[in-house]
Amino acid sequence: MAFPVAQRWLLAALILAGLASAVSSSIDPYFLDGVMGVGVSVVLASSLNLINGFTGQFSLGHAGFMAVGAYTSAMLSTVVAPRLGWNPLLLQWVFFPLSLIAAGLLAAVAGLAVGAPSLRLKGDYLAIVTLGFGEIIRVVLQNMDAVGGARGLTGVPAYSNLFWTFGTAALTVYTVWALLNSTHGRGFLAVADDEVAAEAMGLDTTRYKITAFGIGSFFAGVAGGLYAHLKGYLNPGGFSFDKSIEIVVMVILGGMGRHAGVVFAAILLTLLPEGLRELGSRSVPNPFGGAPWSLDWIKEMRMILYSLMLILLMLMRPQGLFHRSERRRRGA
Amino acid sequence: MSASLLQLTDVTIRFGGLTAVSSVTADVREGELAGLIGPNGAGKTTLFNLITGVYQPTEGRIDFAGTSTAGAKPFHLTERGIARTFQNIRLFPSLSVSDNVRVAFHRHLEHRTWQSWLRGGRFHAEEAELRERTRELLSLFNLERVQEAPAKSLSYGDQRRLEIVRALATGPRLLLLDEPAAGMNPSEKDELMRLIRFVRDRFRLAVLLVEHDMKVVMGICERIHVLEYGRKIAEGSPDEIRVDPKVIAAYLGD
Repeated sequence: MAFPVAQRWLLAALILAGLASAVSSSIDPYFLDGVMGVGVSVVLASSLNLINGFTGQFSLGHAGFMAVGAYTSAMLSTVVAPRLGWNPLLLQWVFFPLSLIAAGLLAAVAGLAVGAPSLRLKGDYLAIVTLGFGEIIRVVLQNMDAVGGARGLTGVPAYSNLFWTFGTAALTVYTVWALLNSTHGRGFLAVADDEVAAEAMGLDTTRYKITAFGIGSFFAGVAGGLYAHLKGYLNPGGFSFDKSIEIVVMVILGGMGRHAGVVFAAILLTLLPEGLRELGSRSVPNPFGGAPWSLDWIKEMRMILYSLMLILLMLMRPQGLFHRSERRRRGA
Repeated sequence: MSASLLQLTDVTIRFGGLTAVSSVTADVREGELAGLIGPNGAGKTTLFNLITGVYQPTEGRIDFAGTSTAGAKPFHLTERGIARTFQNIRLFPSLSVSDNVRVAFHRHLEHRTWQSWLRGGRFHAEEAELRERTRELLSLFNLERVQEAPAKSLSYGDQRRLEIVRALATGPRLLLLDEPAAGMNPSEKDELMRLIRFVRDRFRLAVLLVEHDMKVVMGICERIHVLEYGRKIAEGSPDEIRVDPKVIAAYLGD
């Protein structure tokens, strides 16, 4: 059967992720960990881009939906999986994807529960509601002894590998892309552009916003599941407001409503802190002879450098690295 | 005499203590070119918003094609055949010209949103057909040449026309035009009048026009309703309205 072009790309990405996964045992584990983190970030940023970028809503609760997914799949793997008596291979390749879907669905339910009543709100108000939701999730998790409370949840099996992280990243990017590049999907952009006009053109704007919210939180939940099985340890503090902001920054930096830009920003912002840490552990030869200069200061100033880069980027490219209108202008 | 497509019966709306529209009874007949005029603040745009479901009347009823519109949201009414343009142009500025029209066509699609994820044969066939219909509709209004440009880059006159094209794509039986001649020069106004007549004849629909420009209203409307302070003070042909003492008083003062 002949696949349309877009599906061929998706298929190629999945095969590539599979191949990479097969040789991953020969890759440096520290590096591998960072690379898989990139995959998780791409899922998070692309899914938030559907809500904040394309549909023009402003959610600050992505970390909350991620937490719902992370704890759901982690609990499934630590409580349910051992009782099944399946062999590890079956757990990683059959149980894990199912638990990721469950994680996504539960996060989507949470997303709809928050979204349905609050999507009448616009801009700042929606941001405040979703921010509040994210904090509630974190506080609830902190006080739930069944999931480890503030101590965190340990012993989550390391099921995440290159195939699952990058396969999911490819699937997320494809989903958002395919959704947007259709007549139905143009409705999301229309809602972002002018809600009143969209309604007058027969678009059920509430349904569009809820769909975006549901799909966005679904993938946030899946990303949470991947993250849990990547780190092996969950701590409610990891899903704080800071995490939501980090994802929002990826979307803004990539250019709201740009597919490639947001993926690029997700990769950049995930690798940058790690890269700076790595750079800080090196030294440069002293041109005047003598002991080589240590770059230790980079390690210490890492977060300051990271923030400075963000400020500089926003000053120089307030519209994001790639912006939607740019491609249009060129196309015109 | 043809049947009423839109029937307003004793429609009243109050915002707190303010009665913006008071007990208005009016109708638009199938295929008619009707006008709605009145001094500033007479309640013309409020009446538009009542007809399109943005507001619900406090009292009275509105029927479209024989069915009450009570409780229907704007997008429901668009599906039932009421389309509109806005006083201040409200296109989708970042979308291309053809996407603006494509979005309005969406209710003709058979496939559902999730099918655009699968991208099967049906999806591609329907999308191709829609692109063709969009192109045809745009070429009818000489907008085909700019179809890939973002809507916001169009000239003012082209944006006004695109708004009408977009409204037509929803397949309306009644087209509401909210001050389409605003900001136009005399020759553009003549062009607009030709365009409105052409739209009515070609798409066999009724048009209800809110307009300040008397030349445009008197020039094309077959029947005119006049509002003042939320009340209807007159109804009739342009010739009748022109000599109606109440209308003259409303516009020129007693």
